[in-house]
Amino acid sequence: MSKYLLNKFLYTIDRDPELVERYRDDPRGTVAWWEAERANLILNCHEGERSSWLAFSDAERVALATHDYPSLFGLGAHPFLTLTLFIALFERDHAEPLGFQREYAARLSHWGLPYPDIST
Amino acid sequence: MATVAAVIASTHHPFYYRASTATGEERPPFADEWVAKIEAFRQTLTRARPDLLVMVGSDHFHQLWLDNMPQFLIGKAPFYDANFYNEEREFGLPRMRLPGHEELSAYLLRGGMDAGFDLAFSNELRIDHSITCPIITLRPAADLPIVPIYTNIFAPPMPQPKRFVQLGGVIRELVESWPSGQRVAIVGTGHLSLELGGPRQFGPHGPDPEFDRTAVEWIASGDLGSALAQVSLDSLWEPGNATHGFMDFMLMMGVAGEGAKADYADSLDLFHTMEAYFTWYPNGVDAP
Repeated sequence: MSKYLLNKFLYTIDRDPELVERYRDDPRGTVAWWEAERANLILNCHEGERSSWLAFSDAERVALATHDYPSLFGLGAHPFLTLTLFIALFERDHAEPLGFQREYAARLSHWGLPYPDIST
Repeated sequence: MATVAAVIASTHHPFYYRASTATGEERPPFADEWVAKIEAFRQTLTRARPDLLVMVGSDHFHQLWLDNMPQFLIGKAPFYDANFYNEEREFGLPRMRLPGHEELSAYLLRGGMDAGFDLAFSNELRIDHSITCPIITLRPAADLPIVPIYTNIFAPPMPQPKRFVQLGGVIRELVESWPSGQRVAIVGTGHLSLELGGPRQFGPHGPDPEFDRTAVEWIASGDLGSALAQVSLDSLWEPGNATHGFMDFMLMMGVAGEGAKADYADSLDLFHTMEAYFTWYPNGVDAP
């Protein structure tokens, strides 16, 4: 389990308009590139000073590569990060205001309390 | 000494800006009522004639991140740029720049640490909608210097609710002991029951209307005893998975003081979440 890294992916994609589009168009390629090139960057350090140990679990990698936000919820990704990024990805495909947000809720409707732990 | 001109607590709803400025078919049916309530609420700050604003909010994973996460942080900078690309994208929020007040920031940092809160600080802070929403609703001219105070209501592990209340009390004492003739309004925003990225999000009301009714009563009556007895870090997951933002309301109840009844209280039941607006005048206020 690497909830921190899941969150780091969601966070760093969401804040970059070009990466949002790249992830929408090519989720599998973007996840592979990001894990190889970006996962171990420490955000507030020079690029030469990297971490050496961060990697996704198989389930995490598949969930990201398939835009599978219900699975991300189950894996304990921070729900705010997932929601914000996925609104940016898919709200545009829904004609009704809040249509995507309501579909998102419905696809999580099998979850009761307690929700998966989001502690990192 | 400085005067606490007003203590103000409210929800911060990032959709307000877009709803209130929309016209024609774009304008949602609830917009007029919402704008009327906000304009009445705004008057409660205007009446207090503040010279500067202490603004309590919570960064939503914009500048503050899990590699280096402060629990309580005070900005100390001459200016604060505001709002981020993803807030512009999702909510249509404008980019803003607010003046800072470094002298009061420094005073709160020193005094807060000496009073038992080892506060983080930032000399370059870009603030997000937790602070700009109340600027837009309460002081749209954005002309007053601010001291931003950020709390962690977002990333576990978080401080206990009682620490939010205690910090509120310390902020109040420090502002009142600040050697200045200025009139300071202390403004904080949080949430009632709220669900983000979960199955209860974006329903016709907030995810837990009963919690909302109880919480509004606690705030309006200053009932810190009941709030502290019934709220815990564990219990706040139940009304909605983002309800820890209620701890910012508890901080503001700590500013107002135990048993302090709000001089102004209003609420608005919206889709997704209940809006709520409270103002206290610890030193009274001139007639409108």
